[in-house]
Amino acid sequence: MTPILSVRHLKKHYHLKKPSLFSAAQPSVKAVDDVSFDILEGETLSLVGESGCGKTSLGQTIMRVHAVTSGEVLYRMSDGREVDLAAASGKTLKAIHREVRMIFQDPNGSLNPRMNVRDIVGEPIRMAEGLSGRALDDRVSDLLGKVGLRPEYLTRYPHAFSGGERQRIGIARALALNPRLVVADEAVSALDVSIQAQTLNLLADLKEEFGLTFLFIAHDLSVVRHISDRVAVMYVGRMVELTETEALFTRPRHPYTEALLSAVPIPDPRMRSKRRRVRLPGEVASPINPPSGCAFHPRCRFASEICKIEAPQLRTVDGGLVACHHAEDLTLDGVDSLGVAAE
Amino acid sequence: MPMPDSADNLIEVRDLSCHFFTEEGVVRSVDQSSFDLPRGKTLCIVGESGSGKSVTARALMGLTREPGKIVSGQMLYRPAPGVVPIDLAAERSGGQLYRSLRGAAFGMIFQEPMAALSPVHTIGTQLLEGVLTHEACSRAEARNRGIDALQRVGIPEPERRFDQYGFELSGGMRQRAMIAMALACRPALLIADEPTTALDVTTQANILDLIADLQAETGMTVMFITHDLGVVAEIADEVAVMYLGRVVERGDVDTIFHAPAHPYTEALLNAMPSVHARRGTRLPAIPGMVPHPFARPSGCGFHPRCHRFVDGLCNRREPEPVDLGAGHVARCLRLENSKDQKEAAE
Repeated sequence: MTPILSVRHLKKHYHLKKPSLFSAAQPSVKAVDDVSFDILEGETLSLVGESGCGKTSLGQTIMRVHAVTSGEVLYRMSDGREVDLAAASGKTLKAIHREVRMIFQDPNGSLNPRMNVRDIVGEPIRMAEGLSGRALDDRVSDLLGKVGLRPEYLTRYPHAFSGGERQRIGIARALALNPRLVVADEAVSALDVSIQAQTLNLLADLKEEFGLTFLFIAHDLSVVRHISDRVAVMYVGRMVELTETEALFTRPRHPYTEALLSAVPIPDPRMRSKRRRVRLPGEVASPINPPSGCAFHPRCRFASEICKIEAPQLRTVDGGLVACHHAEDLTLDGVDSLGVAAE
Repeated sequence: MPMPDSADNLIEVRDLSCHFFTEEGVVRSVDQSSFDLPRGKTLCIVGESGSGKSVTARALMGLTREPGKIVSGQMLYRPAPGVVPIDLAAERSGGQLYRSLRGAAFGMIFQEPMAALSPVHTIGTQLLEGVLTHEACSRAEARNRGIDALQRVGIPEPERRFDQYGFELSGGMRQRAMIAMALACRPALLIADEPTTALDVTTQANILDLIADLQAETGMTVMFITHDLGVVAEIADEVAVMYLGRVVERGDVDTIFHAPAHPYTEALLNAMPSVHARRGTRLPAIPGMVPHPFARPSGCGFHPRCHRFVDGLCNRREPEPVDLGAGHVARCLRLENSKDQKEAAE
């Protein structure tokens, strides 16, 4: 499979106010710090990590919600051209944004309460294709049907829908222009279990029907295991592991991945006494002033001298990518050894 | 220490109904719900949004606000084993009894520590409020107890944190501070309303461990409200599943997970993606959505979404609780039927 998007040495730093007029250096939040990865056409790549790890910033920077500090985001357009999203502007950016769409985390905050469903879902179509009137209505009704909403709801406003339905409106809007790549930022996090399952099934169906590629940003590892082809783990602005879903969950290579996996509750009370939990001491490091060397070293039980000095780069170990000096020497527990699979 | 009697319940809730009298109509947020809080154990209340979990918790704490009202039922509170219980449902929420219980014998932690902490008072001030209200001790003594409480919940540098504000703490630390506040007066009952929902998994794991450790240390009873069945499996002794304001099933945690009797419990367990399951399979989702409170279905509230729906039975009348033995109770008409048939056969 060929990459649809190649991110190269991407940095997104938010500059903060100088603490005083005379201080030499301006502090900055290194939300995304030198991240490189590919998204392959037709795959679902999940981005996981704790809050503050930079996963949302990475998604938003790819969408050009924020200006890029440095680095490249190479996107292969449907006509085969490769364009740098990080530097694109004007017409090119518009053309890219027809193909790359976003589903937002908060269905309440991302829908304008004063626009009805026809306007919300129809706006991108109106802007990009100039449709209006009956033709537009038909397209929007069609889209609503695809995401499981009744076409009669066309003239309703967001407040008249439940949380799950609002998320579907957001999905319909993202699909309106038949995108190739969808960046879904915590698209199911706000939903109840029963609605979440429906939405995950819907995303899987749509992926199949339209051959979509997903960058799925999430913190719920159960959901991630369910829908992803590959998973990338982030910690304090950097990618620490990127590999196939099965490998990541059964044979993690980075101690942080192991700790994340062991913290996921196992939905079986009989496993309670059998599980071993990797407790992480301390708190997530600050992206303003991350620790020297490997940012994870103060919390890592395998940390050695080199970890404090040199920041590890992503490298191939056993077919997956991992940024850890000791990756080859560690035998870490995946979900199967942390607790035998519940049935 | 003698083993606690299995029938020793700190609180027994019986047919509790808490309705909200809004301008559009009456919302039956909690409707004839019954469950027990066994002393020293953890009860998890599970349900989707709008199922009445939080309203139940607030009713117990005496925090039901207008237009909400407890319209019927009992909340029997037994401060010590064997004493005559007090019916909390008959007490005024602003009354003397509740004012002496809240923050003392009953502690509560809320979902959003940021919203629940005052931005204009230090952690210390908020911690001391409870101690100074309920116990006769000097400010200096209270301060020491407050710092102790912060230390106990694993906050580093408690003396410094004591004088800081909520916004100066990280999410996990804020939740720890909230727990310290709830526990400052050593409550007999801790009500935790989705305390880990807003937290990361690693922080969540630490907070769950903390609550379990504190429970082992103090012997308090915990009522834990969550929508996450994974969390339930980790911490619960007993489970009550709520749907549309009703407890549709309750029992011990093993029974609920391995032999659920209500189709809703069964469907919830199936709909949950698991970190242990391989990818690629479709999730057995529950069709439809939780009905609007003003459009409750006839008969059993779950029947339009139920995979075991029986026409002519489930849409006719509301199910009554069926006792399946050993504290396992479910509200499903199919169970009523099979039980009737069994009894008829005998």
